[in-house]
Amino acid sequence: MNAITLQYLTDFSYIIAIALFVLSLKWLSSPATARRGVLAGEIGAAMAVVTTFFNPELVQFKWILIALLVGTMIGIPLGLVHMTAVPQRTAMSHAFGALAAALIGISEYYMRIPHITKFEMTEIALEVIIGSLSFTGSLIAAGKLQEVLPQRPIVYRGQNVVSLSVLGASVLAALVLIFNPMAPFFFPAMVIISLLFGVLLVTPIGGADMPTVIALLNSYVGLTAALLGFVLNSKVLVVAGALDGSSGFILAVIMCKAMNRSFTNVVFGAFGQLQVSAKGEEEEKIVHTASPEEAAAILGAANTVLIVPGYGMAVAQAQHKVRELLDVLTKKGVDVKFGIHPVAGRMPGHMNVLLAEADVPYDKLIEMDDANSEMPQIDVALIIGANDVTNPAAKTDQSSPIYGMPIIEVDNARTVMVIKRSLSPGFAGIDNPLFYLDKTMMLFGDAKSFVGGIIKELTGGGE
Amino acid sequence: MPAGFISNLYVFILAGFVGFEVIRRVSPLLHTPLMALTNALDAIVVVAAIIIAGRRGTALSEILGAIAVAAAFSNMVGGFLITDRMLRMFKLSGRKKQ
Repeated sequence: MNAITLQYLTDFSYIIAIALFVLSLKWLSSPATARRGVLAGEIGAAMAVVTTFFNPELVQFKWILIALLVGTMIGIPLGLVHMTAVPQRTAMSHAFGALAAALIGISEYYMRIPHITKFEMTEIALEVIIGSLSFTGSLIAAGKLQEVLPQRPIVYRGQNVVSLSVLGASVLAALVLIFNPMAPFFFPAMVIISLLFGVLLVTPIGGADMPTVIALLNSYVGLTAALLGFVLNSKVLVVAGALDGSSGFILAVIMCKAMNRSFTNVVFGAFGQLQVSAKGEEEEKIVHTASPEEAAAILGAANTVLIVPGYGMAVAQAQHKVRELLDVLTKKGVDVKFGIHPVAGRMPGHMNVLLAEADVPYDKLIEMDDANSEMPQIDVALIIGANDVTNPAAKTDQSSPIYGMPIIEVDNARTVMVIKRSLSPGFAGIDNPLFYLDKTMMLFGDAKSFVGGIIKELTGGGE
Repeated sequence: MPAGFISNLYVFILAGFVGFEVIRRVSPLLHTPLMALTNALDAIVVVAAIIIAGRRGTALSEILGAIAVAAAFSNMVGGFLITDRMLRMFKLSGRKKQ
């Protein structure tokens, strides 16, 4: 086969791969066709990889094969993690994606100098800066989600000035390189400063903001891949990067809307740091508590129950017990649904996969708006490990940092039950007036064992 | 400005709009699998990494290329695997095993 025919074959296989990628995302729109989408993506990716092996530029295969083997050995365990670990796994995969793209850009720079145009240098510098900062930013996010690093925002005075100066320094290094690509040390300096900026960018962001940050990093990684496509003049990378980038961007916008915040506020805002002290003197507030027996009696007598899960359910690993509760209550003729807030958990859609893993049918999961319109007919709203997303202060208290954030309006249900370890405020550090309502029952304890206690009462006492 | 730049820009803009229109329709139910799947698709940078690692170049570019192959391919393998695992978990009430 001559080189030109080979080139055409490669191009055609890449075009088919791109078409399959778009179909793959299209089929993901509904659970019924979603798995077909994965298959389409797999076929497209496999075709592209296999045809690349026929590229006439390739002179050695040993390291490629070893690297593919290593990649497989890392990829398989990362593909088999539990659903509770999916947020940190996702952050890790963003880090790997950014690393791969940044390394290719770095290698291109060293291959091309000294014959590199200003235009090429601009493309490479931009690609390497965004790739490097996404790499370290994603690693920090993964560390926070794995709780290797503290989840609380880490802030200090003048932080934004420091961070922006660091970003400025790496842009400055890039500008020097554009006019003098051979300037000694500037390229490695640009890479190192960008890596540092990634660390500074994500360190001040708290756990509750992780859904937005993960989505933003996702869109950066996509952008890096698209820029790499420009550098290498590879349309398959441009398309895949644009798809990934727009996906991350859409998710980030949805997350921001669900918190009534802007990108800049998430990135530079260091959410909820000062509010705890600003609250000042607390007057004695009355809290109604209840035991598993009392809770079970009320749940068993209800017609409609809405469960609102949050990150606390994931932490307590309570999702399987919650599924048992669903089964027991359903058997008693209670209509049980789950109200899912878009930012519940640590990444977009986190609660849905957790509950799906625990065998909760997805037609039981309803979105925030639907949950709110059904709320007046709900007998019991049972909140498990969620706090800020149900906080009525978001509607009523203009001084609250979450004022204006759309919430699941559980205070409109007839009875509210909150399973919580203690009265301590959530990750955002904001007190929740919901806990002091007359119709609210606080169920203090570990979510898993408390739900277990309710189930025991319902099954033992009911027959 | 290199000749390919403008045509790449056309492709980028159009792909961005296609992505926006297609992904907008994905139900919030599936946002986590969506992120896993787009990660796996993005791992197509492995094709560029393979060429960097395997073409005649410096030792540095071969090493960087090989690391990039491993990093990107782990995303491809892991991303498709976990997306499929997650999607298999989504069931309707009717099909639930009793």
